[in-house]
Amino acid sequence: MKPQSLFDKLWARHVVVEETAEAPALLYIDLHLIHEVTSPQAFTTLATRGLNVRRPDRTLATLDHSTPTLPAGKDGRLAYASAEAAAQVETLIRNCEREGIRLLGLGDKDRGIVHVIGPELGATQPGKTIVCGDSHTSTHGAFGALAFGIGTTEVGHVLATQCLLQRKPKSMRVNFRGALPAGVGAKDMALAMIAQIGADGGQGYAIEFAGAAIGALSMEGRMTLCNMSIEAGARVGMVAPDEKTLAWLKGRPMAPAGDNWDKAVDDWLALATDDGAAFDREVDIDISALSPMITYGVSPDAAAPVGGAAPEAASEAQAHGADYMKIAAGTPIAEVAVNRVFIGSCTNSRLEDLRAAAQVLRGRRVKKGVVMLVVPGSEAIKRAAEAENLHRTFIDAGAEWREPGCSMCIAMNGDKGEPGDLVVSTSNRNFIGRQGKDVRTVLASPATAAASAIEGRIADPRPYLAKETANVA
Amino acid sequence: MSLEPFGKITSRTVVLPQENIDTDQIIPARFLTTTTREGLGKAAFYDWRYDEGGRPKNSSIFNGVNPATHRILVAGSNFGCGSSREHAPWALLDFGFRVVISSDIADIFKSNALKNGLLPVTVDKETHQRLLASPGAEASVDLETQTVRIDGGGEARFSIEPFARRCLLDGVDPLGRILGQMAEIEKYEEARA
Ligand code: SF4
Repeated sequence: MKPQSLFDKLWARHVVVEETAEAPALLYIDLHLIHEVTSPQAFTTLATRGLNVRRPDRTLATLDHSTPTLPAGKDGRLAYASAEAAAQVETLIRNCEREGIRLLGLGDKDRGIVHVIGPELGATQPGKTIVCGDSHTSTHGAFGALAFGIGTTEVGHVLATQCLLQRKPKSMRVNFRGALPAGVGAKDMALAMIAQIGADGGQGYAIEFAGAAIGALSMEGRMTLCNMSIEAGARVGMVAPDEKTLAWLKGRPMAPAGDNWDKAVDDWLALATDDGAAFDREVDIDISALSPMITYGVSPDAAAPVGGAAPEAASEAQAHGADYMKIAAGTPIAEVAVNRVFIGSCTNSRLEDLRAAAQVLRGRRVKKGVVMLVVPGSEAIKRAAEAENLHRTFIDAGAEWREPGCSMCIAMNGDKGEPGDLVVSTSNRNFIGRQGKDVRTVLASPATAAASAIEGRIADPRPYLAKETANVA
Repeated sequence: MSLEPFGKITSRTVVLPQENIDTDQIIPARFLTTTTREGLGKAAFYDWRYDEGGRPKNSSIFNGVNPATHRILVAGSNFGCGSSREHAPWALLDFGFRVVISSDIADIFKSNALKNGLLPVTVDKETHQRLLASPGAEASVDLETQTVRIDGGGEARFSIEPFARRCLLDGVDPLGRILGQMAEIEKYEEARA
């Protein structure tokens, strides 16, 4: 048989009706994740057509985007950003009740950001097709799943039929060459990759990440990398399952157990790309001299080493970005003043991320005038972090420790910057206004964000990290 | 939901030359708390159109744009990148646009647009440049023949996924098609169970 890639194998397994010149393939979806923002109109479509959710057992819902991250007030009420936001949450609760969908609702011990809870519960598994009305669904590809974001109309298609009409994308392999130096991690790798191939460099492709450095990354790191695939324009990012994948999944509530586990393991390990499998495009990225990376513009490909200077604008778009960011060409990046720091989002809100930030902050203080928010990705992460007293480190340093949710990543729950703020953020998008009107966003790793909070300007985290720490998220 | 069949559109263009216009620009996240598809036109490019006080900005390119006569949006490359929010095409349609033309349109946006009757057209660099250089020009977009014609010279073919094209031309509903394949879906599920 012709050698096949991980992506080819996953695709072939899920084709219900083959693709033809006239029509896309009908692809079966194993797991559908939903949240309050992109699902209400899909449920309305079903209701209008007299349809029900076909496989509630393959659907999992959470509340994350519009939910406040401040605890409920004395009256037990949550401070929603607006009545509409509250109504959106209510709508998902009602839709899930009516259709028999499991919802990780407010007060549920497993609630969290949609791309955090899937892996946490073991619902995200190798070999599965996973979709969600959210572009960062690529995150789940870290487990060797075929996972991609869809729009609301397609959310409706999956709810009603458990299938999607899709053309097979092209395939790209990104080979990371060399070993990751101390003090740099997956977020830096992601930003370096996007800077190299461009914000649209992955458009039309499913990316597989390969190379020894990928094997060396933790599952958290792989999730960070796959999460950012969409910022290079690719809907899919994936990593072949290995022993680390198995170690993560074993014993998780929704993972297979007993004999089923052994069977699943054999199946999962056979998914890896065969030697000699063909890709439509291969890209090499040398990371042996990689530094902590940050963005200086308004597109995620405007990324540079933290020790560098903002480059000359190469296009009108970049010039406009430099204007908006008020970071002129030639400005040493480490001189840019910071007044807000956000640690959170489905990119970097996991335990490893919080540990990395805490390691930098321990025994130090956030610079006066800097507001720092630390938002764990899920209730489970919050508990785990508190069990390690990480929250104490943050609070003692002067940061705010919040309830789980998307928070300032999308800034639709009321958590946002003020006009003119410069925010160092561990999230995934530095678009104009993403974190509030006229807010300037600089993307970075949790360690870089924490170091920047201490110095009140963009800072290299390496001096703050103990020598023995090889990798940070 | 079956859509109105998409014919030929002849209209003036609105030109946004910026590259990488992301869906946060097309509709800022604070407008995503809605639970319906309707009425999002007012939020389209909101922060480009209005100042902090909600007053129309004098500098906005949308000033003087009549949605009834300007139904073609021409944008810089990598249009629609970023989030998967279908609110972006909903907002553009509700504003009055029926066609978006660029040299390069992001995947999820393209897919979302097609499902709602907003035609995403990607043209060659030269045609793109010509369109960018003539804001307000009259252009015709014909889905049947897959051509864009610019008033005053220039014609280009564009390609579009054949199934999406059929759906738009004939008002075919993709969900109806999937529902029509329920027997295959059930067979697939049984084989895997
Ligand atoms: S954290 Fe940000 S990117 Fe992730 S699901 Fe939430 S809004 Fe989307």
